Amino acid sequence: MATLESLYGQAVFLLAALVLFTSFVMLAQSRVTTLVNLFALQGLLLTGTTALVAIVQNSPHLLVSATLTLGLKVILIPLLLHWLILRMGLHRATDEVRRPLQLLLGAASLVVFSYWITLPVVQLSELETRNIIAASTATLLLGMLLMISHRQAISQVVGFMAMENALFFSAVVSTHGMPMVVELGVAFDVMVAAVIFGVFFFQIRESIDSLDVDALSRLTESEESES
Amino acid sequence: MIALYLLLTIPLAGMALLALNGHKPWAGRLNNWLNAATLAAALVLALIVLRAGTLISDDRYWLVDAFNVYLIALTALVGLTTGIFSGPYMEHEKEIGRLNPRRLRLYYSMYQGFMLAMYLILVTNNMGILWVAMEGATLATVLLVSLYRTPESVEAAWKYFILCGVGIAQALFGTILLYYAATQVLGAGEAALEWATLYTHAGEFDPAVLKIAFVFLLVGYGTKVGLVPMHSWLPDAHSEGPTPMSAILSGLLLNDALYAIVRSKMIVTQAVPGPLPGYLMMGFGLVSFLVAVLFLHRQRDIKRLFSYSSIEHMGTMTFAFGIGTPLATFAALMHMTVHSLTKSAIFVTVGHAAQIAGTQRMDKIRGLIATQPQVGWGLLVGTLAIAGFPPFGVFVSEFLVLVATMESYPWLTLPLLLGLAIAFGGLFRHIQPIVFGRRPEGQQPVAANMMPVFVHLGLVLLLGLTIPGVLADWFDQAAQLISGGMPQ
Repeated sequence: MATLESLYGQAVFLLAALVLFTSFVMLAQSRVTTLVNLFALQGLLLTGTTALVAIVQNSPHLLVSATLTLGLKVILIPLLLHWLILRMGLHRATDEVRRPLQLLLGAASLVVFSYWITLPVVQLSELETRNIIAASTATLLLGMLLMISHRQAISQVVGFMAMENALFFSAVVSTHGMPMVVELGVAFDVMVAAVIFGVFFFQIRESIDSLDVDALSRLTESEESES
Repeated sequence: MIALYLLLTIPLAGMALLALNGHKPWAGRLNNWLNAATLAAALVLALIVLRAGTLISDDRYWLVDAFNVYLIALTALVGLTTGIFSGPYMEHEKEIGRLNPRRLRLYYSMYQGFMLAMYLILVTNNMGILWVAMEGATLATVLLVSLYRTPESVEAAWKYFILCGVGIAQALFGTILLYYAATQVLGAGEAALEWATLYTHAGEFDPAVLKIAFVFLLVGYGTKVGLVPMHSWLPDAHSEGPTPMSAILSGLLLNDALYAIVRSKMIVTQAVPGPLPGYLMMGFGLVSFLVAVLFLHRQRDIKRLFSYSSIEHMGTMTFAFGIGTPLATFAALMHMTVHSLTKSAIFVTVGHAAQIAGTQRMDKIRGLIATQPQVGWGLLVGTLAIAGFPPFGVFVSEFLVLVATMESYPWLTLPLLLGLAIAFGGLFRHIQPIVFGRRPEGQQPVAANMMPVFVHLGLVLLLGLTIPGVLADWFDQAAQLISGGMPQ
């Protein structure tokens, strides 16, 4: 039994490390199509983790959230994004990262920072959760960094959804998932958000002729007079 | 109990009805009736709670106590009056071709959707549902901000979506940490997310985890409150979206986001020794207040001007809730009420003023009193009220905040007073020529329904002259609930 427990712990560690790793790869990725695929891969890792926890910890309601994650984050949203990329002719578009070295160094320090802030949690909890909270905090912050550093609207959406992945990951592993009502609500919100994102791509392209959000810069706090 | 369910089902039904019929000529009236019905339900609910005290439903999903019941009534009132204003306003926008029937349908449907999210935020007993409803409110308003589909409005909506999306994700992380701390004591399950349960057991939770959770909750929901430095979506969204939406955003959504922070603080302060949560809120509040009053001076767009004024007032409230003494909490609750009433009235007049002048640029809006005295005076009186002139209610609540500050942190009254003076100058520098300036050639009055403005400003005046006993008791109860039992 003890070996099984430790095997389970190690499997969860491995999955957490892989989720964090996909976040790093996404950060350095410049092609939007690959970015979406990486996001789907992260969703798959999340599904795997959820299913694993559901089986080992005997909490069947997590199987429902695993199915939800699979449906939404591995299949539906990546498909929607791919469809949008095709519709907008962006499959060759790149989203060049301006200072990749600094970006990755920044990302690495964010990971260290996450371990530092979650230090007090470590004293509280049993073995397998403590590293996980740090890793998911890091994934959350990396998602934010992805949104800041990339300029394509699609990359920002992927960053946003990656943050949601991190949140689900921490919820699943540290507390065996949130109550069902909440999870359904969150999944519903994510789905609506994805649809609205899609609508917005068309609106943005209509107004600035591309999806490069750096061009969205009319509203500023500067004094210069407009025509 | 039935009143509570009506409060949620009427907007839900309204959303569906208006999604199908929002373009019909009677849609505006239907919207008003729906809002009036919810107001009635809210008032009944308020009466019940006033008589019987805190109401927790049997399935423990809903909670109405002294703190949220007056916010529910306020939300319903502002929802109704803003709805009344938006009828003729949207007609005008349709006539000048800024809207088509499809978008009008979207507008009315999302208006009810937004109201539904507001009520859900207020009545839910579950911190997770609170988050879901807050995200729902974001989604509903994002669609409203981009209603006109101009490049600016799309940009504003996108920034709002991204920034609040990121912010609210932080809040969810805070909620998960809170749940995590609670499951250590209460075990997994819905009880560990129920606010009432959390509140009674908060003392047993691990302080270190709650501290981290509160930082995430404050930053997350603080983004929606418009606290500096997470405020940058707010002026954009207010200036580019339709005006009724600015009124309900400033009057309701900001309040409800602050409500979420205060609810979290009520749990966290019990577990965390020392004044850290209060200091965090005071710091964020004061910085927001000071930054916003300085930005008031640089504005060119009239709606941006008043959105910075909203940031200023939300900062004041956050600061007052941060102080946390019963007096400061009383002041903050009252400030929440009078600010909602005044700010929504101001946005209504601003909407008419912008329609009269055909622009939102302040240097082009002139001579309002000459063109349409009702709008001109409404704007002037509203600005007087929001700047904290006696005898309006804002004066009383700001005065109470100052007194509370003087009791606890005397040296902080100085920046507060200075900020109030700067804000006063910033508002009047812009508003004086708009109201009294020379009337441009050929400026025509527009169809306007000023009833909401008069009702709101009248209420604010009444609250400044005398707080009715019932309401004072109510605020007192709520203030005791929020700051009571808390180590000072």
